[in-house]
Amino acid sequence: MTQVVLFLIVFIALILVTGKYLYHIAEGKHTFADPVFDKVDKFIYRLCGIKKEEMSWKQYAMAMLATNAVMVFVGYLILRIQVMPVFNPNEIGNMEPTLSFNTIISFMTNTNLQHYAGESGLSYFSQMAVITFMMFTSAATGFAVAMAFIRGLAGKTKTFGNFYVDFTRITTRVLLPISIVVGLLLVSQGVPQNLSPNVTVQTIEGRYQDIAMGPVASMEIIKHLGTNGGGFFGANSSAPFENPNVLTNMIEMMSMMLMPGSCVIAFGHMVRSRRKKTVVGGKEKTVWFGSEARPIFAVMAAIFIIGLGICWSAESKGNPILANIGLSQSMGSMEGKEDRFGVTQSALFTTVTTAFTTGSVDNMHDTLTPLGGAVPMMNMMLNVVFGGKGVGLMNMLVYAILAVFICGLMVGRTPEYLGKKIEGREMKLTALAIIIHPFIILFFAALALSTTGGLAGITNPGYHGLSQVVYEYASSAANNGSGFEGLADNSYFWNITTGLAMFFGRYLAMIIQLAIVGSLIMKQPVSESIGTLRTDTTTFAISLFMVVLIIAALTFFPAMVLGPVAEHLALFN
Amino acid sequence: MLEVIKGFKRPFLVTIFFLLLCGLGYPLLMTGLSQLIFPVQANGSIIKVNGTAVGSKFVGQDFSDPRFMKGRPSAVDYNTYTQEQKDDGTYSGVSSGSKNYSATNPELAERVENDMNTFLAANPTIAKEDIPTDLLTASGSGLDPHISPAAAAVQIPALAQNTGLTEDVLKDIVAHNTQDRFLGVFGEPTVNVLGVNLQIGQILGIVDGQD
Repeated sequence: MTQVVLFLIVFIALILVTGKYLYHIAEGKHTFADPVFDKVDKFIYRLCGIKKEEMSWKQYAMAMLATNAVMVFVGYLILRIQVMPVFNPNEIGNMEPTLSFNTIISFMTNTNLQHYAGESGLSYFSQMAVITFMMFTSAATGFAVAMAFIRGLAGKTKTFGNFYVDFTRITTRVLLPISIVVGLLLVSQGVPQNLSPNVTVQTIEGRYQDIAMGPVASMEIIKHLGTNGGGFFGANSSAPFENPNVLTNMIEMMSMMLMPGSCVIAFGHMVRSRRKKTVVGGKEKTVWFGSEARPIFAVMAAIFIIGLGICWSAESKGNPILANIGLSQSMGSMEGKEDRFGVTQSALFTTVTTAFTTGSVDNMHDTLTPLGGAVPMMNMMLNVVFGGKGVGLMNMLVYAILAVFICGLMVGRTPEYLGKKIEGREMKLTALAIIIHPFIILFFAALALSTTGGLAGITNPGYHGLSQVVYEYASSAANNGSGFEGLADNSYFWNITTGLAMFFGRYLAMIIQLAIVGSLIMKQPVSESIGTLRTDTTTFAISLFMVVLIIAALTFFPAMVLGPVAEHLALFN
Repeated sequence: MLEVIKGFKRPFLVTIFFLLLCGLGYPLLMTGLSQLIFPVQANGSIIKVNGTAVGSKFVGQDFSDPRFMKGRPSAVDYNTYTQEQKDDGTYSGVSSGSKNYSATNPELAERVENDMNTFLAANPTIAKEDIPTDLLTASGSGLDPHISPAAAAVQIPALAQNTGLTEDVLKDIVAHNTQDRFLGVFGEPTVNVLGVNLQIGQILGIVDGQD
């Protein structure tokens, strides 16, 4: 447990610093790196014809959708013609249409659900020009939208900023520099980075072994930094070439936690600077943690810690069926786990990758014990525990609006959040934003369970089969991308339905959330009075926690009982 | 119509520019830098004996010779194959992963039981309950190069019998290939199986010479 505590301490120390840097980038404030990056950005703006005009929420959403649409089109084209002899030393063939559709939606929506195996399904050109490219751009897209969302909430302007500017700044100032430095660090630890064909060696027993090669490190770092999660190899980050030792395991976890964590801190700063004008207090104090961000962070951290505890203890107990046939379970449940990580680093990685909606895995989630597997599923169903690239923060803020509304009704106060009145229009949109996520998961799961095409994918018998289905759609809708990988999911049915789930899970949620802020932004700010329900208190944190739990529990309880809980009871009976 | 096409001009330019920057420029730059600064790691940390590649430091191998230490079960046989297996299609190309058996899947228990019987037959001095968990459970990647120190120790009596080496020599070899926790706290201690077998092979003359 010491290693987990140490790791989390480093995490919090790190995001306090990077959160502030992010705040400066989002607000266009001065940073130490400006002299270089201002020139780079200016060059990009000129080349792409980007004018820095301010956008309304609709213009912002349209710019985002149009850019993503063009990227999807170009990427799909490359996958369909990847057989061409450009960076394709292993002579990989073209990808089948429904699989290409699924793959391209998956990477554009930051999901990275993979129904192919990288070492046999993609050329190096596709790995770079489609996968790595989309890992940058989908992360930058999500991040830009989150920044616009917070900017709107902070309420200093009536507009959202410019999508292209946000997109460019986040790529050049955060994603690329970190990727280059940390990517090289990964190479130094043993992650390959080459364009050579796969190597065949003769083993000391006289047999042969194929060893897969490729530009792994350059993808590995942005895969985590951008909370993407799609592996270069089929086995993802459990493959030794993607994740050779415990140091790289922690670097990869930290990379995926960095930006979503920083987003919460940046949110605190952005909202705070609005209020500072009303409370001018002589000299300025250095603030590390904006007060409005505290309840948000506390609730996220609480759910994260609870999940981690459950996952770790369930995995440490091992598998009673194997204990029955005489195999010692003193190391915990080791099926599907790597020796260099063991149960602790694996449970930590599992919780992190689903809380921060990355979806890379350093152990096979399908082989987790029932309760251990319920934790990643729950994280994705909630989709508010930090979340990928600010998206989790947006979801949590939607829950915060709901909590304000519910609490306001209970104590008879006017519901307002961050100085804006919450009224009918916002509440309708909020309800829609909250209902859409469970609807996508449960609707498609029901569809899969009632069609032969869906049932054909299930590979594990009993209750676990249901878990496989629910997990796949939870992962798609939450844009996570991990899987209970036993599922035979490369079929027309699964490729198309998960493709749709990812698409709606991403864009509907984003557009509705922008619409909420677009509505709030037009309102006159109300000044804080005795009748205001304060949203920076412990009471509010507890209310928010309860609202999240009650809504989620009510929605997903039946599915959880029939899947993981039933399997747990069967296993320990 | 013209308006729509005009509206897509910037998205199109942005796509092309970032495709060139992030999709080609960046990975090629990384490849160049890595090949320059870390040529060994960037090319897969290949282990060579007398100039011939025999494996990678980070990829496990399947061993069947009773004089060699065994790794963990692998769903992909560590991508190790014979010429016949390649010709008849038993080996279908490089892959990774596990069989994804759930904890309650009867096939998991069956596989563990079979492997257990094989192991007990090959290691007659070992009692069933002394077999470490990792030795009979498959890794997630199917390429795990490591076993736990306990899983190495449990194989030593039979290895001593089969190789003719003393247990002390074998223990030294294992210790030489053992990596402790990172900074004494992080991760788990591991033994590199290929490293152990290379040393055994060198002493027995199966693998010739030093590199």
